[in-house]
Amino acid sequence: MYDFDYQRPSSMPEVKKALATSTDAMPLAGGQTLIPTLKQRLRKPAVLVDLQGLRGFNEVQSVGDKIVIGAMATHATVAASPILRKRLPALAALAGGIGDPHVRNRGTIGGSIANADPAADYPAAVVALNADVVTDRRTVTGDAFFKGLFETSLEQGELITSVHVKLPEKAAYAKFPNPASRFALVGVFVAKFKDGVRVAVTGAGPTVFRVKTMEEALAKSFAAAALDGIAVPASGLNSDLHAAADYRAHLIGVMAKRAVAACS
Amino acid sequence: MNHVANPTGIGASVKRVEDLRFVRGKGRYTDDIRLHGETHAYIIRSPHAHAKIAKIDTSRAAAAAGVVMVITAADLAKLGGLPCGWLIHSKDGSPMKEPKHPVLAEGKVRHVGDSVAVVVAETLAAARDAAELIEVDYEPLPAVIDMSKAAAGPALHEASPNNQCFDWHIGDEAAVKDAFAKAAHVTKLELINNRLAPNAIEPRAYIADFIQATGETTLYTSNQNPHVIRLLAGAFVFQMPEHKLRVIAPDVGGGFGSKIYHYAEEAIVIWAAGQIGRPVRWTSDRSEAFISDAQGRDHKTVVELALDKDGKFIGLRADTLANVGAYLSTFASVVPTILHATLLAGNYTTPAIYCNVKAIFTNTVPVDAYRGAGRPEATYLLERVIDLAAIETKRDPAELRRINFIAPSQFPYQTPVALQYDTGNYGRTLDMALAAAKYKDFPTRRAEAKARGKLRGIGIANYIEACGIAPSAVAGALGGRAGGYESGAIRVNPTGSVTVMTGSHSHGQGHETTFAQIVSDKLGIPFDQVDVVHGDTARTPFGMGTYGSRSIAVGGSALIKAMDKIIAKGKQIAAHLLEVSDQDVVFENGAFTVAGTDRKKTIGEVAFQAYVPHNFPHDKLEPGLEEQAFYDPKNFTFPAGTYICEVEIDPDTGVTKVVDFTAADDFGRIINPMIVEGQVQGGLAQGIGQALLEHCIYGADGQLLTGSFMDYAMPRADDLPMFKISTTDTPTPCTHNPLGVKGCGEAGAIGSPVALINAVVNALSEFGVKHIDMPATPQAVWRAIQTAKSKT
Ligand SMILES: Cc1cc2nc3c(=O)[nH]c(=O)nc-3n(C[C@H](O)[C@H](O)[C@H](O)COP(=O)(O)OP(=O)(O)OC[C@H]3O[C@@H](n4cnc5c(N)ncnc54)[C@H](O)[C@@H]3O)c2cc1C
Repeated sequence: MYDFDYQRPSSMPEVKKALATSTDAMPLAGGQTLIPTLKQRLRKPAVLVDLQGLRGFNEVQSVGDKIVIGAMATHATVAASPILRKRLPALAALAGGIGDPHVRNRGTIGGSIANADPAADYPAAVVALNADVVTDRRTVTGDAFFKGLFETSLEQGELITSVHVKLPEKAAYAKFPNPASRFALVGVFVAKFKDGVRVAVTGAGPTVFRVKTMEEALAKSFAAAALDGIAVPASGLNSDLHAAADYRAHLIGVMAKRAVAACS
Repeated sequence: MNHVANPTGIGASVKRVEDLRFVRGKGRYTDDIRLHGETHAYIIRSPHAHAKIAKIDTSRAAAAAGVVMVITAADLAKLGGLPCGWLIHSKDGSPMKEPKHPVLAEGKVRHVGDSVAVVVAETLAAARDAAELIEVDYEPLPAVIDMSKAAAGPALHEASPNNQCFDWHIGDEAAVKDAFAKAAHVTKLELINNRLAPNAIEPRAYIADFIQATGETTLYTSNQNPHVIRLLAGAFVFQMPEHKLRVIAPDVGGGFGSKIYHYAEEAIVIWAAGQIGRPVRWTSDRSEAFISDAQGRDHKTVVELALDKDGKFIGLRADTLANVGAYLSTFASVVPTILHATLLAGNYTTPAIYCNVKAIFTNTVPVDAYRGAGRPEATYLLERVIDLAAIETKRDPAELRRINFIAPSQFPYQTPVALQYDTGNYGRTLDMALAAAKYKDFPTRRAEAKARGKLRGIGIANYIEACGIAPSAVAGALGGRAGGYESGAIRVNPTGSVTVMTGSHSHGQGHETTFAQIVSDKLGIPFDQVDVVHGDTARTPFGMGTYGSRSIAVGGSALIKAMDKIIAKGKQIAAHLLEVSDQDVVFENGAFTVAGTDRKKTIGEVAFQAYVPHNFPHDKLEPGLEEQAFYDPKNFTFPAGTYICEVEIDPDTGVTKVVDFTAADDFGRIINPMIVEGQVQGGLAQGIGQALLEHCIYGADGQLLTGSFMDYAMPRADDLPMFKISTTDTPTPCTHNPLGVKGCGEAGAIGSPVALINAVVNALSEFGVKHIDMPATPQAVWRAIQTAKSKT
């Protein structure tokens, strides 16, 4: 690690102030991505602003027809949330499938989506549920949030404060883990709303994306068999030593069917 | 031995005493040790696989805050290279090419991670900061990565223009040719044995402490054989008198072979500590481990098996390319030769065998022994080609193996590839495994899986290994540059407790328990009165350490010999005390008894007299009760067994799930069944890891693409089934060591990869798949299915 200043404010205004002190200031949430990056000397922030001192940003609450998840809610909190387990078990299960207990007890939903790792699980849910990502400045729709490889629409110093999820009729997430890291090699989140179906894929491309052909087919008939014969083109998909693009394309089909079959 | 059932004696599943400290985080590993005034070393490693070093400028680093010294190869001109412990001769009689393995790269780097320079500083952070100020001018050269194309160069070492280290062979080539000429069927297979990263949970760590008052250096090292390191570092690298170097290997968190070797970083801390007169420490991080710990396996082989019309094996030919990496690591040369090709008879009577092995230098991390070392490679190619022969000749794979077994009546059995097996009963372990695995009912299970859309397969493998390494004379004749004995000393303390000093070393195996059981059993002393000391050259007699499943077979035998001496002396002392002649005294249940009477002296009473010798036969004996023995094995030991693996493959994704795994091993006599089962479990996990998950992959430019756990897939608990292990049954004790033990540390890793791959190929049989290389990753399996489908 290189030297950096460390601050642990206890209120949102203080956090914002601390983040504004330098263009190299970075928020620190669960540290499950950021700390290893620092240890490898791959980043050199001037100031680390630890969000763990904030109160009230780590809960899962029902607000009207939405579920509001604080940015600092850990994966373990989301996985164990009684509200989610009852009303959106697919999201609780997704969080329960991230990493290992250590990672789940530290890592946060805000950190995960801010990081926008192409193989992270949450982005599939955020896009398939078209969740609103609420920041200290504005609200960004799930569709507009992820921009590319490790790239989001967040501006320098902008902080995610919560994620607002609209409840679907049915939803499920099917993950094919990378055999080594167990991040998503391909993860497909399927959500059926009254007015349509959304299918979001993580792990397979530079960033999460929707598969419109599948959405249309499922809108007509919400059954795994409706996806028969729908091939996702391999071009543009990730290719690495674990999975070439054609294998990933194939897995998208398999995982999408499994997600539909698992929908409850 | 003891006749009264001893709850802590041989055969009892005594709980491991060492686990009390390990599971409570109280172990004392090298990195836990803190010395006054210590400094931290950080190694600058090559980012290139192959490059000339035009210039190194260390001036800014040397001047940086907190820096104590900066070291490059120029400073180490007086040091020797890191030695190789085994000399192999090519078939033309020439010695292997043995280019210098410098401590720091001399003018050239030969693999990513090669050590180039060192910063020693007050803190690790200061050392790392300063390391960034070192400017190295590299002139990159093309990297030699693919073994089969290595001859095209460029040469890594001047001494080896075609990048070949040796071209060795064994067996009767002409006889094999004849056998193939008259064969009814020949099965041919080309396969790889995938390269693995050992990944012991504790990374390598070293501290050197130079004491000016005595001129003595102490090296703390995470290592499997401290005396060997003292010899290699002292005699070869430093030309330092051995008595001035003390090597301590405290608690060590796993080795699997990778901590046998003498590494550059050990030499670096020893040298630096001597220069600055302060302790110097270095601890590898995981990323460094991937590019600096010796890796394992990496063979490419073409194997052919000749069968007669009845299915009898009549000839076997194997042509192996073995990647040794950029430099010869300590035992790199013996692994693909003596530890590999001599095992190609397997459990079978194949009369003619020939194997050619070419060892190749490449711009990759050195390759050396890794759990099993050569024997997994031999087992893999043999049991794969037999399985394929069974398919091709439409025979049941179990029966094809059975009709070729060496029969129990044929022991001792001289194989055509140098080894003489002392004992075995391969039909027994095959039967045990077939019964435990419910082999006969497999078709029902396959049909049931099919109904669920899954492809179920079953795979059988027999294995044999040469353990208890090694008879010194044999090792010497084959090129070994060290002995193969082990030492043991027994000190009966004045109050009757016992201190055991062994030259072998425990880094997970549980010697502190098992060795104490042997002593408790033989001397009749309560288990908790026995302490086992290991891992310190100043506290134990010269020993060879732990590898090659040798500790109990060789080190345990040394203890038996030492205890025989204790008992012989104790009898004389007891006879004196009891006023009878020596011959009238027998030793039983911890007491010296006048035969046929109840007159006796306990071993504690005898020990007390030995140390407070007021009434003592001074005319015949010296005081004290401490004996030492060295045991040189008469032969290797030959553990053998049968493994059966059952898998289910999801054809949609290619995911292979190991649903059942049966191991039937013949380890000879078992000291602690629980520990033995644990050893097998660990070995199976590693073998399954090799077959399903693990693979070191280098890019064409020599970068290690699997340089972290993000990409290098280690087996996890949920990758494994509950194992069915039957080891307590001892079909055939070893005939030539006093305990009848054979060794159990490597078997699991030797027999399991091939059982698994045989099961995968069996599961894919409906597609006509004949072979799949390790690791059988989901993508590889899926692709094999697609390729097979597109052919039909
Ligand atoms: C062993 C291991 C296994 C893992 N497995 C998985 C897996 O299977 N699936 C998966 O999806 N992930 C996995 N992860 C990643 C894990 O989920 C991380 O927790 C997550 O990616 C980052 O969350 P964090 O809270 O730890 O963020 P940090 O590491 O603290 O921060 C990550 C980045 O986000 C920024 N940031 C943090 N919070 C905010 C905020 N509120 N607003 C704006 N920016 C913010 C930080 O500045 C930083 O750039 C794994 C990680 C590890 C170490």
